[in-house]
Amino acid sequence: MRVAGKGCVDRSKPVSFTFDGRRVQGFAGDTVASALLANDIKLVARSFKYHRPRGVMGAGSEEANALVTVGRGAHQEPNVRATMQEIYDGLEVRSQNRWPSLDVDLLAVNDLAAPFLGAGFYYKTFMWPKAFWERVYEPVIRRSAGLGSLSREHNADLYEKAFAFCDVLVIGAGPAGLMAALTAARAGADVLLADEDSTLGGRLNGECEDIDGIAAAEWAADMVAELASLPNVRLMPRTTVTGAYDHGTYGALERISHHLSDASGRPLECFWRIVAKRTILCAGAIERPIAFRNNDRPGIMSAAAVRTYVNRYGVAPGRAVTVFTNNDDGHRTARDLKACGVHVTAVLDSRNDGPSGQGYPVIYGAEVCDAGGRKALESVTYRTVSGEEKLGTDCLAVSGGWNPAVHLTCHMNGRPEWRDDIQSFGPVEGMVPGLTTAGACNGTFSTLGALQEGADKANDAVQALGFKSIDAEVPAAEDAPYNMAPLWAVAGRGRAWLDFQNDVTVKDVKQAAKENFRSVEHMKRYTTQGMAPDQGKTSSMGALAVLADATGRGIPETGTTTFRPPFVPVSIAALGAGAQGIGFAPERLTTSHEASVTNGAPMIEAGLWYRPSYYPKADETKWRQSCDREVQMVRNAVGVCDVSTLGKIDIQGPDAAVLLDFVYTNTFSTLKVGKVRYGLMLREDGTVMDDGTTARLGEDHFVMTTTTAAAGPVMRHLEYVHQCLRPELDVSMVSVTEQWAQFAVAGPESREMLAGIVGEEIDTETFPFMGCGEITVGGVRGRLFRISFSGEHAYEIAVPARYGKSLYQALVQRAEALGGGAYGMEALNVLRIEKGFITHSEIHGRTTAFDIGLERMVSAKKDCIGKTMSERPGLYGDEREQLVGLKPVGPVKQLTAGAHLFEVDAEPVRENEQGYTTSVGFSPTFESFLGLAFLRNGRARHGEQVMMVDHLRGVTTRCEVCDPVFFDSDGGRMRG
Amino acid sequence: MVELRAKTPCEGLLPLSVGEVSLTEELPVSLSMVTARAGRVEACSDLLKSAHGMAMPKPNRATGTTEARAVWFGRDQVMLVGPAPSWSLKNEATLVDQSDAWAVVKLEGAGAEEVLARLVPIDLRGATFKRGHTARTMLGHMTVSITRVGEQAFQIMAFRSMAKTLVHDLQRAMESLAARG
Repeated sequence: MRVAGKGCVDRSKPVSFTFDGRRVQGFAGDTVASALLANDIKLVARSFKYHRPRGVMGAGSEEANALVTVGRGAHQEPNVRATMQEIYDGLEVRSQNRWPSLDVDLLAVNDLAAPFLGAGFYYKTFMWPKAFWERVYEPVIRRSAGLGSLSREHNADLYEKAFAFCDVLVIGAGPAGLMAALTAARAGADVLLADEDSTLGGRLNGECEDIDGIAAAEWAADMVAELASLPNVRLMPRTTVTGAYDHGTYGALERISHHLSDASGRPLECFWRIVAKRTILCAGAIERPIAFRNNDRPGIMSAAAVRTYVNRYGVAPGRAVTVFTNNDDGHRTARDLKACGVHVTAVLDSRNDGPSGQGYPVIYGAEVCDAGGRKALESVTYRTVSGEEKLGTDCLAVSGGWNPAVHLTCHMNGRPEWRDDIQSFGPVEGMVPGLTTAGACNGTFSTLGALQEGADKANDAVQALGFKSIDAEVPAAEDAPYNMAPLWAVAGRGRAWLDFQNDVTVKDVKQAAKENFRSVEHMKRYTTQGMAPDQGKTSSMGALAVLADATGRGIPETGTTTFRPPFVPVSIAALGAGAQGIGFAPERLTTSHEASVTNGAPMIEAGLWYRPSYYPKADETKWRQSCDREVQMVRNAVGVCDVSTLGKIDIQGPDAAVLLDFVYTNTFSTLKVGKVRYGLMLREDGTVMDDGTTARLGEDHFVMTTTTAAAGPVMRHLEYVHQCLRPELDVSMVSVTEQWAQFAVAGPESREMLAGIVGEEIDTETFPFMGCGEITVGGVRGRLFRISFSGEHAYEIAVPARYGKSLYQALVQRAEALGGGAYGMEALNVLRIEKGFITHSEIHGRTTAFDIGLERMVSAKKDCIGKTMSERPGLYGDEREQLVGLKPVGPVKQLTAGAHLFEVDAEPVRENEQGYTTSVGFSPTFESFLGLAFLRNGRARHGEQVMMVDHLRGVTTRCEVCDPVFFDSDGGRMRG
Repeated sequence: MVELRAKTPCEGLLPLSVGEVSLTEELPVSLSMVTARAGRVEACSDLLKSAHGMAMPKPNRATGTTEARAVWFGRDQVMLVGPAPSWSLKNEATLVDQSDAWAVVKLEGAGAEEVLARLVPIDLRGATFKRGHTARTMLGHMTVSITRVGEQAFQIMAFRSMAKTLVHDLQRAMESLAARG
């Protein structure tokens, strides 16, 4: 019901939205919760387990009942708190966890079965038969219990991530926060003020009181306006700080366009990482409920929330409101209601003394012991020394006192301290380094106290940062003492709710204690109290008080459970903003990328790089056809392949050769200028790290190539060696991977092909096998290396990357004229398998130089990284699995990579495993599958037969073990 | 004989302008990695000063001007952005041509800081990251070099092969900032 003339909503701007398809009218400034209450819609949700009817309970992010689904289809967002969702025209809101409708929910039958559904019920009941859990019980339970659901569609919303830095972060913009922010800002600090509400001001917007002689909400608005005018202040409304992390880092979720019907390109949410030198937490406090029988009826609300609805939204949540309180705050609610003409049935004060009524009856020593009315509250029954009485009422405002919102202070594993004066846990200074607390979250509940503390703490903070503190004038404000007598749960029969969101009652907690789950952490897990999305914001204190009582301990001894981030649920989409789809990783594209894509090549990822698999011709329908053709093309004519992705490291300096001798197993100091040598590099533990060729371009100038995958790791390794192991070496290392576009030109026609491209004469004298040198291509200075990864007469030609695209096109065009063309990764792989050349499939991090048959490359004349470690027993010898070739010789002709090898007659089980295949491919040259494999004592077993068994793909192939070099074993084609 | 046509790293991707922020490709004549020889940083700095007018910058700093800038890149290592390096530098340093290795872009305009705040995890506020400050850091998932070259202007260098992702990420940040109005 709207109250005439009250609240800050804009009555000139009506807004309409739908709730479960029904049109609801509200005003600009309303939340879903306030608009529903204004329209007397009390039933808004069904509870998690028992499907009990539930209504709005609070007015902020602590709301435990009113969870709704917003939007439809891909934009559907479940478990949105109706108290946080601002309304806009066209907003679509639906209730959750009900079937077939909110009003008639057949699953409410669970409530009748309540005696059986208490804590531990699932654990005890669904024990047998074992197989039933997954197939029967779990699906049924999941169907009947739960909250909202996802659309199962791809998330189409835009999210954002961002970083912010400040001197002073103020969390919460209530009286303490506003005062702290203004004080710090006036002192000159860079201030960031974040608050989860759309309107800054905190409780000042929900209370009827004066500050400095004007209405509190107005004062807050003035403060916000002043802060907004300061250049060193950043205001972040709708931003919940979700966690405190190391080094003054805070996570925060900003809701950017949840409240807009047209986001116009704005992200939905932004996840901030805020780094602050000092932080002042002014998170306020959360009003606690009191447990009594049926205290979850729609219409039973927090007393402070009732004040917020009346004062801020101009909404009376009931026509005849009763207040149940154990402190003076309940009386404020009655006073505010009365002031705007809402009937207050009575204030039921559990204490025997308290303020007297101002035009409404007060009953002292009264405890509410039951509530009637199923889908909306109709009556409450209260108990005094003189017996039980029933009162007709449609709204009960409950105040059980206040719990400081200490959550963030505990995120780095600190524990809050029990405070007798407020009968609650309060923060301990220093739990999060650099963070201090002010106002209600520090147990200072009066407005004046909060203002004063905000100013003082801000002055402390700025002083610590080297600013001059200022003389902050604290305005006159309410300064009532906090009079409260604890009351956690009203004794009596029936179910009294503690955790509304997860349906946990006083009985459940007592049951847990009875079954010896006496530790608060055990009780939490046994009953699931505090494990719903609200993380027990309203329930934890009550639950542990009940547990303390049931176990005969005090509350401080019982302690709290662990507060963990995030303070409110954070969508994964916000955390991973920008990383959906291709945003997951940067794309590294070669200069020939466009040309490959234009020619229809499917691109495969190699690390971050994209490389062409094969180039399909019009008549080729299967990749193997393209691959076979490309292999034959290289063997018979000439092929072109972009090899720019291989790492290239420019190494220069008088000690360059010394460094290379130290990192490579073989010697490079003896390499002549203008020559290239293949090198093998070991890790410090003696296994092979990487391989590649290194060219000597000058006496003190080398260019090392690495594999594509190891370009980064090898660079890091060299830096490590230089900085940590050999700092005395005068050598520089610079990655030139990106500087050069480099293409392999391979095949018998390669020399002829290059003759038309390279300005210089290329012959066996200028470019013998493993020769290198400078060349010019169309006037551009480039480099030519006569190296081969295919086994053919081959070159790699390099030009500065800006010319890469142009050169690639020229090379392919010329190759095609000679009966060749471009080849992709598939053909490259087959070509190298035919030659027995290794890749990281073979040097996969567990193989030694001995295993791959290159132990003679470990020079005996010098030391190198990994040499000594590679000589450890067990890293060489007959027991090692050694690199061999495999050819199918039985009826099955297929080889698969990753299959295991067994003796011909052995049972193919783990115990009999003799080795495994690493690389396989169909060789058009041999018209057969060929494979590379590691086989125990393999080099001594050439000619033997083994069985290749692929248990996953169901392939068993009889193979002959042979030398890994299948093609041109004397290398005549390569050298000629 | 072939004729080779040069392509810039961001050809077809830039310029770009969203709201008040613009992103343009910078095309310095040359980029050279200058690594001082062991123990010769000061001598190298002197040579750099006489040849190109700027001293060797300290870590996280850049020296010089738009025409010739030395950007700290690593241990005793700077990137000379602009002129072809003087041969005299070879006496005290190793020179490696990087002219084709990096995409160099300039992000400029009111809000440039806010755009980068969406991608870069370090503090780039004017008071802490002043003109002449530089950092090797991350932009999204890429390693980059960022230098403040003006009140509202940053030079950003990323691997040439990542130019497309660089522009994509910056454009996205520019758009979502502009949408906020």
